[in-house]
Amino acid sequence: MIKLKFRNEHIFHLLLLPGVILVLIYNYIPMAGIVMAFKRFSPSKGMFGSPWAGWDHFVYMLSMPNIYQVLWNTIFISAMKIIALAVVPVVFALLLNEVKNRLIKRSVQTIVYFPHFLSWIILGGIFIDILSPSEGIVNRLLQSIGIEPVYFLGDKSWFPFTLVGTEIWKEFGYGMIVYLAALAGVDPSLYESAVMDGAGRWKQTLHITLPNLVPMMVLMTILSLGNVLNAGFDQVFNLYSPQVYVSGDIIDTLVYRIGVQDAQYEVATAVGLFKSVVSLLLLSGSYALAYRYTDYRIF
Amino acid sequence: MTAFRKSSSGRKAFVIFNYMVLIGAALACLLPIVNILAISFSSSSAVGSGAVRLWPVGFNVDSYKYVLGKPEFITSFLISVKRVLVGVPLNMLLTICIAYPLSKDKAQFKWRSLYVWFFIMTMLFSGGLIPWYMTIKATGLIDSFWALILPGAVPIFNVILLLNFFRSLPKEIEEAAVIDGANVWTALWKIAVPLSAPAIATLVLFCIVTHWNSWFEGLMLMNNPDNYPLQSYLQTVIVNRDMTLATSADWRSMMNISDRTTKAAQVFVATVPVLLVYPFLQKYFAEGIVLGSVKG
Repeated sequence: MIKLKFRNEHIFHLLLLPGVILVLIYNYIPMAGIVMAFKRFSPSKGMFGSPWAGWDHFVYMLSMPNIYQVLWNTIFISAMKIIALAVVPVVFALLLNEVKNRLIKRSVQTIVYFPHFLSWIILGGIFIDILSPSEGIVNRLLQSIGIEPVYFLGDKSWFPFTLVGTEIWKEFGYGMIVYLAALAGVDPSLYESAVMDGAGRWKQTLHITLPNLVPMMVLMTILSLGNVLNAGFDQVFNLYSPQVYVSGDIIDTLVYRIGVQDAQYEVATAVGLFKSVVSLLLLSGSYALAYRYTDYRIF
Repeated sequence: MTAFRKSSSGRKAFVIFNYMVLIGAALACLLPIVNILAISFSSSSAVGSGAVRLWPVGFNVDSYKYVLGKPEFITSFLISVKRVLVGVPLNMLLTICIAYPLSKDKAQFKWRSLYVWFFIMTMLFSGGLIPWYMTIKATGLIDSFWALILPGAVPIFNVILLLNFFRSLPKEIEEAAVIDGANVWTALWKIAVPLSAPAIATLVLFCIVTHWNSWFEGLMLMNNPDNYPLQSYLQTVIVNRDMTLATSADWRSMMNISDRTTKAAQVFVATVPVLLVYPFLQKYFAEGIVLGSVKG
């Protein structure tokens, strides 16, 4: 083997330079900007020049009456989403895998992938309309079979489940793709020998198909663990309202309200920093687990 | 069909059940969108009385006439189009220029690991909302079109997808070209990029959808609503429920439209561009994301 080298390695640096500059400015300066959490901000002195405030903003953060509820909401909502999106796509991938009619298979795929590509603004517009208790089609249908209208977006006990339901609606199809790809990679001779041994369809699914999906399920679940504190800002922000804050407010929406609406920049940065640090630990942990148990590497 | 007739009765029951579940799921994804579409083409009285399900009642296009005649809607629509036209090529140029050097191994580019960690770090940690806003403000981009382009110009996740794709290309082709005297520049644009056409097509489509759908930057970084891209504008008129059309009396003069029909029309107009790229998107993305997520 000859080790081939380009004669001019420095052109690599040149190719990287514009990207490095942009990332330095718009990603690394904000990272350094976490010092805001320890400052008493004055607009004239800026992020880095303002006087120090020590841990005051963190002490204040822990004294906020709703902080523990918000933390719980965040974990509860994203845990339910992680579980639902570990199960539902696998079930549908298995069902779709049994379909032999190519036209039906293809049409179902085309339709269920589509919602993934719509923004939560568009979906907010759709769900606010169809889930409306007085006028929405969902409640009209429920009423026509004798069920009382449900305040999906306005009732604090329903709201977290509405979030999980609409998230599944948007993402289950897209989540299926990796499992369909894993199914396509299963060695057909395994099925042939199973048939020879007298295994029916159900046994084949149980002993061949499912075990082949497990590594992918484990990998996807481990990777999603790193995002436990991301309960879905876009979705919650566009669907929630003050009457469901008690069960639907999450860290990101709280940071937005403290920082943007109340203009308490330092406290918002402190809450955001708390989230970033915990997320860093979770992400590193989940990547380490994924590497250890499934040989997964991001690059 | 003959195979179906020959199969056991248990199998038959399963096949029928399976088709019902899958078609039910597909309908569940489709029908809410169809309902909104039907509402947008219906008369306000039919919508108000709850008569509209999947087909317009009292068909008319007044809501669309109203929406497309609204200067704010048109302005923000054009800003979004401009954003896609400027933002996507810049995203792609940067993605290619970063992914290529990082796809080399250590022997070819000894600084590789340092650069990779420099970029990966931004996926693991961020300064959060306020420092992000302050930084953009300090660079003078508030109320500027470039605020929608520059802060997100380097899509790190796409860089990693393309980096992995470059690494999966057969090395022999490039080695042969280098022996023939090709430099880095030629190897990149004449070999690596053309060979990666499917991956690059996927990323282009991802970037289009990302730019089209993003709304938060517009809302945060534009003080003047005239500078909102479409999704930010729609956030203020559709989702933010205390800013309804009811404040302006002009729509009352038109019998056929209401708050609900105009919102539905706006939702649908904003979805059309996604529908247009979707067939292309679907052709490539399965390959693209599988590549990114199972790369071992």
